[in-house]
Amino acid sequence: MALETAAAGRSWPASTYQVGREKIREYATALGIENPVHFDLEAARAAGFRDVVAPPMFCVVYALPAMAPAILDPEVGINLATMVHGGQDFEWGEPACSGDEITTTPKCTEIYEKDGKGFYVFESNSVNQDGEQVLRGVWTNIVRGV
Amino acid sequence: MADLDVGDQVPELRVTPDKYLPHRYAGASGDFNPIHIDAEFAKAVGLPGNILHGLYSMGLVARANAQALAGGDPRALKRLSVQFRGMGLPEQEIVVAGTVRSIDGDRVVVETEAAQGENRIVRNAEAELQL
Repeated sequence: MALETAAAGRSWPASTYQVGREKIREYATALGIENPVHFDLEAARAAGFRDVVAPPMFCVVYALPAMAPAILDPEVGINLATMVHGGQDFEWGEPACSGDEITTTPKCTEIYEKDGKGFYVFESNSVNQDGEQVLRGVWTNIVRGV
Repeated sequence: MADLDVGDQVPELRVTPDKYLPHRYAGASGDFNPIHIDAEFAKAVGLPGNILHGLYSMGLVARANAQALAGGDPRALKRLSVQFRGMGLPEQEIVVAGTVRSIDGDRVVVETEAAQGENRIVRNAEAELQL
Protein backbone atom coordinates (compact mmCIF):
# COMPACT_ATOMS: atom_id res chain seq x y z
CA MET A 1 0.00 0.00 0.00
CA ALA A 2 1.42 3.36 -0.99
CA LEU A 3 2.07 5.83 1.78
CA GLU A 4 -0.45 8.67 1.90
CA THR A 5 1.57 11.89 1.58
CA ALA A 6 -1.14 14.47 0.84
CA ALA A 7 -0.69 16.20 4.23
CA ALA A 8 2.93 17.20 3.50
CA GLY A 9 3.13 21.00 3.36
CA ARG A 10 0.03 21.50 5.50
CA SER A 11 -0.11 23.86 8.49
CA TRP A 12 -2.44 23.71 11.48
CA PRO A 13 -3.77 26.55 13.63
CA ALA A 14 -1.43 28.04 16.21
CA SER A 15 -2.18 27.39 19.86
CA THR A 16 -1.07 29.31 22.93
CA TYR A 17 0.21 27.83 26.20
CA GLN A 18 0.50 29.80 29.43
CA VAL A 19 3.64 28.83 31.37
CA GLY A 20 3.15 28.41 35.13
CA ARG A 21 5.51 27.95 38.08
CA GLU A 22 4.03 24.67 39.31
CA LYS A 23 4.27 23.07 35.86
CA ILE A 24 7.94 24.11 35.62
CA ARG A 25 8.57 22.61 39.07
CA GLU A 26 6.75 19.40 38.12
CA TYR A 27 8.77 19.05 34.91
CA ALA A 28 12.12 19.81 36.59
CA THR A 29 11.33 17.31 39.35
CA ALA A 30 10.50 14.52 36.86
CA LEU A 31 13.85 15.12 35.14
CA GLY A 32 15.79 15.30 38.43
CA ILE A 33 16.90 18.87 37.71
CA GLU A 34 17.71 20.67 40.96
CA ASN A 35 18.84 24.19 39.97
CA PRO A 36 16.80 26.54 42.23
CA VAL A 37 16.07 28.90 39.28
CA HIS A 38 13.42 26.33 38.27
CA PHE A 39 11.77 26.30 41.71
CA ASP A 40 12.32 29.56 43.54
CA LEU A 41 11.30 33.04 42.40
CA GLU A 42 14.08 34.82 44.30
CA ALA A 43 16.75 32.50 42.93
CA ALA A 44 15.39 32.99 39.40
CA ARG A 45 15.37 36.79 39.75
CA ALA A 46 18.86 36.79 41.26
CA ALA A 47 20.04 34.92 38.16
CA GLY A 48 18.49 37.57 35.89
CA PHE A 49 15.16 35.94 34.97
CA ARG A 50 11.85 37.78 35.31
CA ASP A 51 10.22 34.75 36.97
CA VAL A 52 10.82 31.06 37.63
CA VAL A 53 12.48 29.83 34.41
CA ALA A 54 11.85 26.56 32.57
CA PRO A 55 14.60 24.09 31.66
CA PRO A 56 15.15 24.09 27.87
CA MET A 57 13.43 20.73 27.32
CA PHE A 58 10.29 22.08 29.01
CA CYS A 59 9.61 23.14 25.41
CA VAL A 60 7.82 19.82 24.95
CA VAL A 61 5.25 20.94 27.53
CA TYR A 62 4.30 24.14 25.72
CA ALA A 63 4.77 22.83 22.17
CA LEU A 64 3.06 19.43 22.45
CA PRO A 65 -0.51 20.76 22.82
CA ALA A 66 -0.01 22.54 19.48
CA MET A 67 1.72 19.58 17.81
CA ALA A 68 -0.69 16.85 18.92
CA PRO A 69 -3.60 17.89 16.67
CA ALA A 70 -1.22 17.87 13.69
CA ILE A 71 0.42 14.54 14.52
CA LEU A 72 -2.94 12.92 15.33
CA ASP A 73 -4.85 14.42 12.37
CA PRO A 74 -6.55 11.52 10.52
CA GLU A 75 -5.63 13.22 7.24
CA VAL A 76 -1.96 12.73 8.12
CA GLY A 77 -2.71 9.06 8.62
CA ILE A 78 -0.29 8.08 11.37
CA ASN A 79 -1.15 4.81 13.14
CA LEU A 80 -0.38 5.85 16.70
CA ALA A 81 -0.08 2.27 17.98
CA THR A 82 2.88 1.57 15.70
CA MET A 83 4.43 5.04 15.83
CA VAL A 84 7.74 5.70 17.50
CA HIS A 85 9.48 9.00 17.94
CA GLY A 86 12.38 8.86 15.49
CA GLY A 87 14.23 12.09 15.99
CA GLN A 88 14.01 15.55 17.39
CA ASP A 89 15.79 18.85 16.81
CA PHE A 90 15.28 21.90 18.98
CA GLU A 91 16.83 25.34 18.67
CA TRP A 92 16.20 27.72 21.57
CA GLY A 93 15.91 31.48 21.65
CA GLU A 94 14.53 33.42 24.61
CA PRO A 95 14.14 31.33 27.78
CA ALA A 96 10.55 30.47 28.80
CA CYS A 97 9.53 31.88 32.19
CA SER A 98 6.44 31.52 34.33
CA GLY A 99 3.79 33.95 33.08
CA ASP A 100 4.87 33.68 29.47
CA GLU A 101 2.27 32.99 26.81
CA ILE A 102 3.91 30.91 24.11
CA THR A 103 2.24 30.48 20.75
CA THR A 104 3.27 27.47 18.66
CA THR A 105 2.47 26.90 14.99
CA PRO A 106 2.78 23.35 13.59
CA LYS A 107 3.51 22.36 10.02
CA CYS A 108 3.98 18.99 8.31
CA THR A 109 7.01 19.37 6.06
CA GLU A 110 7.63 15.87 4.70
CA ILE A 111 6.10 12.39 4.54
CA TYR A 112 8.17 9.61 2.97
CA GLU A 113 8.78 5.88 3.05
CA LYS A 114 12.13 4.26 3.78
CA ASP A 115 12.91 0.62 4.59
CA GLY A 116 9.21 -0.21 4.97
CA LYS A 117 8.70 2.56 7.49
CA GLY A 118 6.78 5.79 7.14
CA PHE A 119 8.62 8.98 8.13
CA TYR A 120 6.46 11.95 9.12
CA VAL A 121 8.37 15.20 9.65
CA PHE A 122 6.79 18.18 11.40
CA GLU A 123 8.14 21.62 12.21
CA SER A 124 7.11 23.89 15.04
CA ASN A 125 7.70 27.57 15.56
CA SER A 126 7.13 29.08 19.01
CA VAL A 127 7.09 32.77 19.97
CA ASN A 128 6.36 34.44 23.29
CA GLN A 129 3.93 37.26 24.13
CA ASP A 130 6.54 39.85 23.05
CA GLY A 131 6.95 38.18 19.65
CA GLU A 132 10.40 36.87 20.56
CA GLN A 133 11.50 33.53 19.13
CA VAL A 134 11.50 30.92 21.90
CA LEU A 135 11.87 27.67 19.98
CA ARG A 136 12.11 26.07 16.57
CA GLY A 137 11.54 22.32 16.48
CA VAL A 138 11.73 19.50 13.96
CA TRP A 139 9.78 16.41 15.03
CA THR A 140 10.31 13.13 13.16
CA ASN A 141 7.83 10.33 13.79
CA ILE A 142 8.34 6.83 12.38
CA VAL A 143 5.54 4.36 11.75
CA ARG A 144 6.55 0.72 11.46
CA GLY A 145 5.13 -1.57 8.82
CA VAL A 146 3.49 0.92 6.44
CA MET B 1 36.29 28.32 27.91
CA ALA B 2 40.02 28.15 28.55
CA ASP B 3 39.74 24.81 30.37
CA LEU B 4 37.82 23.01 27.60
CA ASP B 5 39.44 21.37 24.56
CA VAL B 6 38.20 19.50 21.51
CA GLY B 7 38.14 15.80 22.34
CA ASP B 8 37.46 16.32 26.06
CA GLN B 9 34.96 13.95 27.64
CA VAL B 10 31.94 15.63 29.20
CA PRO B 11 31.35 14.30 32.75
CA GLU B 12 28.77 11.49 32.66
CA LEU B 13 25.28 11.64 34.09
CA ARG B 14 23.89 8.37 35.49
CA VAL B 15 20.18 8.09 36.26
CA THR B 16 18.03 5.02 36.93
CA PRO B 17 14.37 5.86 36.21
CA ASP B 18 12.13 3.94 38.61
CA LYS B 19 9.12 1.85 37.56
CA TYR B 20 6.72 4.81 37.81
CA LEU B 21 8.93 7.45 36.19
CA PRO B 22 7.10 7.14 32.82
CA HIS B 23 3.85 7.95 34.63
CA ARG B 24 5.34 11.01 36.32
CA TYR B 25 6.92 12.13 33.05
CA ALA B 26 3.58 11.60 31.25
CA GLY B 27 1.93 13.89 33.80
CA ALA B 28 4.70 16.47 33.63
CA SER B 29 4.85 16.51 29.83
CA GLY B 30 1.24 15.80 28.88
CA ASP B 31 2.23 12.83 26.68
CA PHE B 32 -0.01 9.94 27.79
CA ASN B 33 0.63 7.64 24.81
CA PRO B 34 -0.18 4.20 26.35
CA ILE B 35 3.05 2.63 25.02
CA HIS B 36 4.77 4.58 27.82
CA ILE B 37 2.43 3.85 30.72
CA ASP B 38 0.62 0.58 29.97
CA ALA B 39 2.84 -2.53 29.78
CA GLU B 40 0.04 -4.76 28.44
CA PHE B 41 -0.82 -2.31 25.67
CA ALA B 42 2.87 -1.93 24.81
CA LYS B 43 3.34 -5.71 24.54
CA ALA B 44 0.21 -6.01 22.40
CA VAL B 45 1.81 -3.68 19.83
CA GLY B 46 5.09 -5.58 19.81
CA LEU B 47 7.18 -3.70 22.36
CA PRO B 48 9.07 -5.42 25.21
CA GLY B 49 7.03 -3.52 27.80
CA ASN B 50 6.12 0.08 28.48
CA ILE B 51 9.02 2.14 27.18
CA LEU B 52 10.50 5.45 28.29
CA HIS B 53 9.42 8.59 26.47
CA GLY B 54 12.10 9.51 23.96
CA LEU B 55 11.72 13.13 25.03
CA TYR B 56 12.45 12.13 28.64
CA SER B 57 15.74 10.56 27.55
CA MET B 58 16.42 13.66 25.45
CA GLY B 59 15.66 15.73 28.56
CA LEU B 60 18.37 13.83 30.42
CA VAL B 61 20.82 14.54 27.58
CA ALA B 62 19.96 18.25 27.86
CA ARG B 63 20.31 18.13 31.65
CA ALA B 64 23.64 16.28 31.51
CA ASN B 65 25.28 18.74 29.12
CA ALA B 66 23.93 21.91 30.76
CA GLN B 67 24.91 20.59 34.19
CA ALA B 68 28.40 19.45 33.21
CA LEU B 69 29.40 22.45 31.10
CA ALA B 70 27.28 25.39 32.30
CA GLY B 71 26.44 24.67 35.94
CA GLY B 72 22.85 23.96 34.91
CA ASP B 73 22.26 27.43 33.43
CA PRO B 74 19.03 27.09 31.38
CA ARG B 75 20.28 29.75 28.92
CA ALA B 76 23.34 27.73 27.87
CA LEU B 77 21.77 25.08 25.62
CA LYS B 78 21.08 26.62 22.21
CA ARG B 79 20.46 23.57 20.07
CA LEU B 80 19.98 19.85 20.60
CA SER B 81 19.34 17.35 17.86
CA VAL B 82 18.90 13.64 18.55
CA GLN B 83 17.81 10.35 17.02
CA PHE B 84 15.85 7.79 19.00
CA ARG B 85 16.53 4.19 17.97
CA GLY B 86 16.78 1.69 20.83
CA MET B 87 13.85 1.50 23.24
CA GLY B 88 14.54 2.92 26.71
CA LEU B 89 13.14 0.88 29.60
CA PRO B 90 12.33 1.83 33.19
CA GLU B 91 14.43 0.38 36.04
CA GLN B 92 17.65 0.29 34.02
CA GLU B 93 20.48 2.74 34.49
CA ILE B 94 20.84 5.41 31.79
CA VAL B 95 24.33 6.78 31.16
CA VAL B 96 24.64 10.06 29.28
CA ALA B 97 28.12 10.67 27.92
CA GLY B 98 29.61 13.16 25.50
CA THR B 99 32.73 14.43 23.77
CA VAL B 100 33.55 18.00 22.80
CA ARG B 101 33.60 18.13 19.00
CA SER B 102 34.24 21.78 18.28
CA ILE B 103 34.77 25.11 20.01
CA ASP B 104 34.12 28.42 18.27
CA GLY B 105 34.44 31.41 20.58
CA ASP B 106 31.87 30.86 23.33
CA ARG B 107 30.01 28.16 21.33
CA VAL B 108 30.77 24.53 22.13
CA VAL B 109 29.40 21.57 20.17
CA VAL B 110 29.23 18.22 21.98
CA GLU B 111 28.60 14.80 20.45
CA THR B 112 26.53 13.05 23.02
CA GLU B 113 24.39 9.96 23.58
CA ALA B 114 22.36 8.13 26.20
CA ALA B 115 22.62 4.37 26.67
CA GLN B 116 21.29 1.57 28.84
CA GLY B 117 24.14 -0.94 28.77
CA GLU B 118 24.79 -1.70 25.08
CA ASN B 119 21.43 -0.26 24.06
CA ARG B 120 21.99 3.27 22.78
CA ILE B 121 18.60 4.91 23.29
CA VAL B 122 19.59 8.43 22.19
CA ARG B 123 22.23 8.44 19.49
CA ASN B 124 23.89 10.75 16.97
CA ALA B 125 23.00 13.58 19.29
CA GLU B 126 24.58 16.98 18.95
CA ALA B 127 24.31 19.66 21.62
CA GLU B 128 25.38 23.25 21.03
CA LEU B 129 25.97 25.35 24.13
CA GLN B 130 26.88 28.97 24.65
CA LEU B 131 29.22 29.20 27.63
